[in-house]
Formats: sequence, structure tokens, C-alpha cells
Amino acid sequence: MSPKLRRELTGLAFISPWLIGFIVFTGLPFLRSIQLSFTRYDIVRPPKFVGLANYQSLIFDDQVFRNAAVVTLKFAIISVPLGIFCGVILALLLNANVRGISVYRTVFFLPSIVPTVATTAIFSWILNPQIGLVNGLLAKCGVTGPAWLGDPKWALWSLMFMGLWGVGNSMVIYLAGLKDIPNYLYEAAIVDGASPAKRLFKITLPMLTPVIFFNLVMGVIGSLQYFTQAYIMTNGGPEDSTRFYALYLFDRAWRYADMGYASAMAWVLFLAIVVLTSALFGTQKRWVHYGS
Amino acid sequence: MVTTNKGSKLFTHIALICLSIPAALPLIWMLSTSLKAENQIYTGANGASFSLTSLIPSPMVWANYPKALSTVPFDQYLKNTLFLCAVSVFGAVLSSSIVAYGFARINFKLNRPLFGILIATMALPGQVTMIPQFEVFRSLGWYGTYLPLLVPAFAGAPFFIFLLSQFFKTLPEEVAESARLDGANEFRIFAQIVLPLAKPALATCALFQFLGTWNDFLGPLIYINDTSKYTLAYGLQQFMSAYGGQWAQLMAASIVFTLPIIVLFFFAQKTFIQGIATTGGKN
Repeated sequence: MSPKLRRELTGLAFISPWLIGFIVFTGLPFLRSIQLSFTRYDIVRPPKFVGLANYQSLIFDDQVFRNAAVVTLKFAIISVPLGIFCGVILALLLNANVRGISVYRTVFFLPSIVPTVATTAIFSWILNPQIGLVNGLLAKCGVTGPAWLGDPKWALWSLMFMGLWGVGNSMVIYLAGLKDIPNYLYEAAIVDGASPAKRLFKITLPMLTPVIFFNLVMGVIGSLQYFTQAYIMTNGGPEDSTRFYALYLFDRAWRYADMGYASAMAWVLFLAIVVLTSALFGTQKRWVHYGS
Repeated sequence: MVTTNKGSKLFTHIALICLSIPAALPLIWMLSTSLKAENQIYTGANGASFSLTSLIPSPMVWANYPKALSTVPFDQYLKNTLFLCAVSVFGAVLSSSIVAYGFARINFKLNRPLFGILIATMALPGQVTMIPQFEVFRSLGWYGTYLPLLVPAFAGAPFFIFLLSQFFKTLPEEVAESARLDGANEFRIFAQIVLPLAKPALATCALFQFLGTWNDFLGPLIYINDTSKYTLAYGLQQFMSAYGGQWAQLMAASIVFTLPIIVLFFFAQKTFIQGIATTGGKN
């Protein structure tokens, strides 16, 4: 065997676990999913080709779909920037050189490692309209709290507040970004007499933009697929106010055994993710500063 | 931004303390509820009678814990979850590191295009492959078993492969080269020279795979139909929907589910923090 051929085969042998897994669990399912999106299919009987019918009814007829898309976009548009804002503020505060900083850091970080299902249990409890902590505290201040998860006006906001509780995760990423900013930039700015506010807006935030961009992209992709919390806490209600895209897709697939329709929905979601992320990458040049 | 003057330090402290309250209160409230008697839960927090003393359970009802754990067989769920975690951590770390070595250190023809595909798969939402994957597993007769949750781990996780290959690329070529001249084959170089150097990166992968499996809800939701095979995450959700009003027990069960992760955090703080800082966090 020539050394060249040998190298080819060794390389392929090393990556073979992934390559086989990719073909069986991702590659073929990917193609199959395109095919299924043009069929009516209940997984028991063989799929029946229906052409563009699934896509047609998605776009023109399905009010639930339209509502789910709106709910999901609204959630992404509000919760992602809100999470970035709070994460950056926390990281800036934690980057200060004050006593007990590691205690504070632990306090803010711990909620983000609480498993999702436990978080939903905690928030279902503290947001309980009658005997929950939040409305108890509000009542102390003379305010009658809403029914939160039970109120169509507040349910989506409740999930956003709950998401903010886990902001410690991205806070850690911002904190690492802050530590990477070279000190000489600040030293030079201080010599030039730049005020703290000026240093924040001219050095710290611009230097942090790559990390902010990363969290923005990941946040958008994640929130378009938001599922578990809504499935457990509201199951789409009340009045469809938290019927997220992925939740409706899941119901279509597993509750109504409408696999063709669900596949079409998955493809619309995939396209939406591709379009939104490329749009975000397109804005990159204007506000994200790489290197120095 | 290095804060030096006293006034701004004071301001930082006040801001951090104020923000700590909403961060810590849900956890404190969870702990306190888990130790309360039913009647304290239903009277203590109600409207005007709510007060901060209601934070302290009196009497302390430790019995909530055994009660919660016997209402639903959480010990069985714990065993199931630990089993899944152990096998999938082993599978994911082993295969991801092998694959990463191939991409990072062996210059074969399809290396670059295949690595490109690997990166692209990370952007593919799970919803696209969810249904056909179900078909594959069902036709193999794996529905209702743990195999759909375990076998994919042995194909390596794209994110870990990426992470590890970035790490392997930073290692100097000389050591491997001299071993190669001594007649060591590529797998021995990987297993005996490169892998031991990668321990911190492997620990990061192991931790995140563990957390991912511990937390996984959608997987068991789709593939597990037998109560004796439930995981903690899935079992807790089932408990929630079956015993909705039993707040003390629900909080006790949630703590049992959360505590191992918190303990793990205190033992492996560095791996957690650096892992999130380099990988971007939870899966």
C-alpha cells in the first residue's frame, strides 16, 4: 500500500464514527425530510404525495401556524436583546474589582445551571396567581398581580422573565470577553483623559461586540426553536398566546400524526433560521469589531 | 474597566446586592417550600398575610422528601438517568476525540469538505431530522428502548469534534513525528501521546454531554413509553402534571433533581466557567 493511500484510509478510519452517524442520523434524514414535506403521512401508512399542498395551507390557510410564527418572532425580538442587555450589565458589574466578587458571580451563575425542567417547576410555583411568591410580594406593595401563566397578556412575558433568570450563562461569556480586553487600551485612554463613560462606549462595548454578536446569533437560533418550557408550563395556552413554532410543529407530528405537514413546517423553520442568521451576518460589518 | 474610586465601588456593591435578590430568591423559595407543611404553603403566602418570615418553614417537614421520592419511583429514574449519562458521556467523548484527531492531524483528501459539512450540521435545527430519525429507529425496533438516546452519542457530537480538533491543532507536530519514526501507528500516537494532553478539553466535553443528557427532555418524550424507563427530567415533568398542587413535594423532587448539578458545579467550577466561555454554553 502506498503511503498516500494509507494516509487516506487512516483519515477516513478516524472520522468513520462521525461519517457513518452523519449519513444515518443526519444526511439521509435531511433528504427524507424534504421528501416527506411534499406528502401526507401518518407514519403507519406509506406517505402519499400531495405536491405543494402542505406549504400552500401553511402559508395561506393555517391561522394557528401564523399565530405560532408571530408568537415565536415576538419572543425572539424581545427576549434576545433583553438577555444581551442584562448579561452585559451583569458582566460589567462583575468585572469590577470589589470584594466578594466570586460570591456574586456564583449567585448569578447558579440559576443558569438549574435543569430546565426544575426551572419550569420553580417558576410554575412562584408565578402561581393565588399563593405564589411573586403575587405575594406584589400584594405587599398593594398591587394585585396578574394570573401570569394563566393570562394571555402575561404568559409570554412570564416565559421571558424566566429566561432572564438563566442569563448567568451568557454573562460568563461576556465576562470572559471583558477579561480579554487588553489593559493598555484603558491606560492609554486614561492618559488621554477619557471619562469612564467614554471608556465604556469607546473601548469596552466595541471590544465586546464579537461576543455580543455570537450571543445574538445563538440566541436567535435558540429562541426560534423554543420548546421545552412552553410544552411543560403552558402547553401553548392560554388562548394560544404561548403556542411557539416548535410546539405547534411537535403537536402536528406527534399529537395529530401529521408528519408531512410537520416536515414542511420544519423546512420553513430551517429557511427562517438561514435567512435570519445570514441577515445578522450581513449587519456584522457595520457594528462588530474584530481584532485591533 | 478597572474600578478604583470608593464611590463607584459602593455603587457596584449596591447594584450587585439588589440584582442578587431576584437571582437567589427563586432558589431560596424552592428550598423553603420543600420543607413546609401543606397548611403553611396555603396560608403563608396569601395576599396580605404574606411576610418574609414565611420564608422559614415552621415546622420543618423533612418528610416531604421521602414522600415525594416514594410517590414516584425517583430512585429508579435516578438510576436510569445516571446510566444514560455514563454511557453517552463515554460514547461522545471517545468518538468525538477520535474523529477530531482525524480532522485535525491527518491530511486526507476529503478532510476539508467533510469538516465543512460537520460545521454546517451544527446549524441544522433538530426539527428537520426529528421525524426521519424516528422512522429509522422505529424500523430498527429501537422505539421504547434507550438505544435512540445512546447510539447517536457514539457517532460523536459536532460541537465537541470542532472543539477538540481546534485543540489538537495547537499541539506541536514534532512529538507525533518522532513516534511515527519509531514505528508507532496513528492510533497509538492518538491514544498514548495526544489524548493524555487533551484532558482539560475532554473534561469540558464530558461535562457538557453529562449536562445535556441529564437535562434532556425531548429525547425521552419521543422515545420512552414505559414508566420504568423514565429519566429524572421526564419523570419530574410527569410528576408535575399528575400532582400539580403538591408544591412541597414538587419542590423537594426538583431539589433532588437539581442538587447533583450544583454539587458538580462546586467541584468542577473551572471546567464549567471555562467550558461556557469557550463553547458558548448549554446545548
